[in-house]
Amino acid sequence: MNTVRLQAGSDAIGPRALAPRVALQGVSKIYNGRAVLDGIDLDLAPGEFLAVLGPSGTGKTTLLRLLAGLERVDGGTVGVPKVHSVVFQEPRLVPGQRVWKNVVVSDRWSAASRERALSALREVGLQDKAQSWPKDLSGGEAQRVALARALVHEPELLLLDEPFAALDALTRIKMHALVDELWRAHLPTVVLVTHDIDEALLLADRVIVLREGKVQRDIALSEPRPRDRSSAVLGRLRTGLLRDLGVDQGQHTGVAQQVTV
Amino acid sequence: MMSPVSLSQTSKRETPSTPPFAGGERWTDTAVRLLVRSLVVLLIVALWWTASASGSLSADLLPSPAQVIAACVGLVSDGDLAQALSISLYRAFVGFFIGSGIGLVLGLFAGLLKVGEQLVDAPMQIFRAIPFIALLPLFITWFGIGEYSKVMLIISATIFPVYLNTYGGARNVDKKLIEMARSFKLSSARIALRIVLPTSLPSIFVGLRYSSSTALLALVVSEQLNASSGIGYLLMTANQQQNSDIVIAIVIVYAIFGVLLDMFWRLAEHFALPWRAKIAL
Repeated sequence: MNTVRLQAGSDAIGPRALAPRVALQGVSKIYNGRAVLDGIDLDLAPGEFLAVLGPSGTGKTTLLRLLAGLERVDGGTVGVPKVHSVVFQEPRLVPGQRVWKNVVVSDRWSAASRERALSALREVGLQDKAQSWPKDLSGGEAQRVALARALVHEPELLLLDEPFAALDALTRIKMHALVDELWRAHLPTVVLVTHDIDEALLLADRVIVLREGKVQRDIALSEPRPRDRSSAVLGRLRTGLLRDLGVDQGQHTGVAQQVTV
Repeated sequence: MMSPVSLSQTSKRETPSTPPFAGGERWTDTAVRLLVRSLVVLLIVALWWTASASGSLSADLLPSPAQVIAACVGLVSDGDLAQALSISLYRAFVGFFIGSGIGLVLGLFAGLLKVGEQLVDAPMQIFRAIPFIALLPLFITWFGIGEYSKVMLIISATIFPVYLNTYGGARNVDKKLIEMARSFKLSSARIALRIVLPTSLPSIFVGLRYSSSTALLALVVSEQLNASSGIGYLLMTANQQQNSDIVIAIVIVYAIFGVLLDMFWRLAEHFALPWRAKIAL
């Protein structure tokens, strides 16, 4: 095992030309003697959209937290771009601050930062909610504010930790379209941790399946966007991924079926 | 067997949460509610009145409402009440402001800083176990029977509610919000000012509200045990002279105080915490 310890979040890539923007080398994370991540190697090109799937407890969220700098590695190195931001599973808005102040929570509040907040809110379709309090937002709106907050500083890496898991199905579909659109407009590198295979297939260029602390599968997707969730190619991939995740689909091959693992 | 179209596995309401009292009630409902509430009060007064009028309730024990009203009018017209009130309110306000101020500063110190918690919290937890009324004899020895001992008692009664709620409020801010702030690289000062402080404000208000009623309690106690002025003194004098109508009148003054304080805090919270679900006024 690689024993080089580096603080997660530091730029470990160095001066190499054409270095990938996100680079994990031999990354391990141990909880209570169990290696949740066990020597993960992963390179992401700038602008790549990666979806991370895996059964519960396989370290998907741990991987994301390492990339966000919220945890330290127990082995290996993590290199991420300096400007990165996270959308968590819950919106995590500060209830006592108005929406626009939540969007620019890390900036000095001024007319200029308010303008930045407003333009980020416009992108997620919530410019008229700038003066609202978080309690007056619906779940989907709150999560869109969290998305605006993550995008307001033009991150090179956007980390999405099951951001739509708590939303209802229709809102989730709208959020998928929004994320697809925002990604194409800004082209950050994206790491999306999700339980939802369809979400991964609709949005990502590349899907990895984590299992027992390792990357079990690494699939590239080249379907044109916006994608049709009922396409045959996606259907075949879905069946394969379900098998990887240990779900035997049997005779159920309904194309509209959405399976949450 | 799995249904072929199972759209939502973990669905959550998409509607904004409606605050329990925010204008959801029609005015007719409000009117009925208020009418029922005031009817109960009127009924109690009516019972009191008939019991006094029929002679089954001795005027020495509980004077009739008419006598109490007359006593109130007397207290107001001869200026006794105004004079006593100004002295008592002054004591209560000074004690409350100093006590809550100390509680707020110590609570923020312990709530925001690790070192503050280590320095302040353990002694505060020990002191708060002391019932403040037990300190009165000691305070009289230390500060005499003048204003100091009274104000000191009110101070010592108001520090802890504010301290505990401020400290608790700051420490109980959702760890996930702090983590969010860290991930967005907020400085510690900004985390304190933008996240911890506003988020713990409701809890601080609970402390202030509680300590204002404790201030009233401390005022009553200190003025009844040793005083030559104030409404507590007025009450004790009336009691010694067997004027129970004046005693009741002053008890009603205390009650009005309590109600006014409650209204004040409701209004203050309404305006200071617009981001919370609305509170019924």
